[in-house]
Amino acid sequence: MSMYSDKVMEHFKNPRNVGEIKDADGIGEVGNPICGDIMKIYIKVKDNKIFDCKFKTFGCGAAIATSSMITEMVKGKNIEEALEISNKTVAEALGGLPPIKMHCSNLAADGLSKAIEDYKKKSQELKLKTETKK
Amino acid sequence: MDNAATTPTDIEVVKAMEPYFTQKYGNPNSIHSFGQEAREAVEEARKKIAHLIGANPSEIIFTAGGTESDNFAIKGIAWANQKKGNHIITSKIEHHAVLHSCQFLEKHGFRVTYLSVDKYGLIDPEEVKKAITNQTILVTIMHANNEIGTIEPIKEIGKVAKKAGIYFHTDSVQTAGHIPIDVDDLKVDMLSMSGHKLYGPNGVGVLYLRKGTRIDSLIDGGSQEKNRRAGTENVAGIVGMGKAAELAEKRLTQGEEDKIIKLRDKLIKDIAEKIDHVHLNGHPTKRLPGNVNFCFEFIEGESMLLNLDIEGVAASSGSACTSGSLEPSHVLLAIGLPHEIAHGSLRLTLGKDNTEEEVEYVIGILPKIIEKLRDLSPFKGSWEGLKK
Repeated sequence: MSMYSDKVMEHFKNPRNVGEIKDADGIGEVGNPICGDIMKIYIKVKDNKIFDCKFKTFGCGAAIATSSMITEMVKGKNIEEALEISNKTVAEALGGLPPIKMHCSNLAADGLSKAIEDYKKKSQELKLKTETKK
Repeated sequence: MDNAATTPTDIEVVKAMEPYFTQKYGNPNSIHSFGQEAREAVEEARKKIAHLIGANPSEIIFTAGGTESDNFAIKGIAWANQKKGNHIITSKIEHHAVLHSCQFLEKHGFRVTYLSVDKYGLIDPEEVKKAITNQTILVTIMHANNEIGTIEPIKEIGKVAKKAGIYFHTDSVQTAGHIPIDVDDLKVDMLSMSGHKLYGPNGVGVLYLRKGTRIDSLIDGGSQEKNRRAGTENVAGIVGMGKAAELAEKRLTQGEEDKIIKLRDKLIKDIAEKIDHVHLNGHPTKRLPGNVNFCFEFIEGESMLLNLDIEGVAASSGSACTSGSLEPSHVLLAIGLPHEIAHGSLRLTLGKDNTEEEVEYVIGILPKIIEKLRDLSPFKGSWEGLKK
């Protein structure tokens, strides 16, 4: 008997896409040490498509499972589709989370949108740089 | 290995209780022989519990558990002595039954001093002395901490309180039946105990109340427990707690706790040797016989508990996720740990039935679990990059 769904436990036991991407196009960090959940989401983007996504997470079972789940959900999606993923849809994909976890540990989609923001900022800067060079 | 949360009810305790559900179900307040049979059983249990802590049976009051005993002692003293003063002294590391009772009283005009502790969780009796004012009516300090296992200098604090003529209560839920207790030696006026922490049943507890203590009741109704605690007695529960106290006293006289201390020290030594970036919480020697509490850096407690549970080991943690709030344990913060480290706590509490094989098993699986979680963590090996 576990407080979590089978799907959460399955992701917790065998987390997918753990690690860092050294030359990531975008990195998003959410959470804080007070609550005890910190997530780092790394993305690689090509032609507006997220083709790789990895994570590193300090946190509870729900934090780890949601991080793992989102890396699976996002791969192959374009930026617009990826931004549509919400914390709620991640929780639903995992067969639900205990109510207390919905707020504190269900942050993976926020981490992903921060990574996308970071990617957009970086590509904008890159564009500006190449333009000024011209 | 979560015996500080609850202990299994001893089979002998269950056997002693059984007749009081089915055959000897009388109400101890009834005049007929069924009632008197139950009365006798309640009084027999009272004697056994009194004997365990060196008290007089007339000073034992049955309650519904440790939490009620704490509430009763604190609020009861406050209400009955409010003309004398409105100040209470306690510590930052008390159980919530004590802390929340004190906070309740603050809302009703009482003043409470929450004493700090040192890095081991020890309270300095000198600090108690300094905190006393002419308004102080109660000092309440736990005998041993439920999370980090530190045993407080109760006798020394008792001396301070007695000299100042102030009532002294101790929450003994973690110590009663696990280390020797003598209420006169400890100089306490009130002492809380719980049935299910000493291999007795849930739903029954005791408040030791020194003769002559001025206290108001918390539960009003009939004249049970000499008008101190109304409600028909939980006869089976009381009989069970009496039996549990008798068995605990036997274990204490036979030195059984030394075996648990040996297992505890093995766990502590081996974990500290096999895993790096760990901190032992609590005092190395002034410690409950079965308590082991470590913080493992770079990981969070609940994920450790889930992994241990998968491997068949029950443990607990002071992380926010397990405390049911957004903050990690108040005890770990009070001993000076930063939030991120407090979240990585693991408490293993050994009981009389744990074996050396079980301890070996935990020592075998724990390093792998820690390593697996650290591989997932953005802080493996250092806290660099942590935004505070």
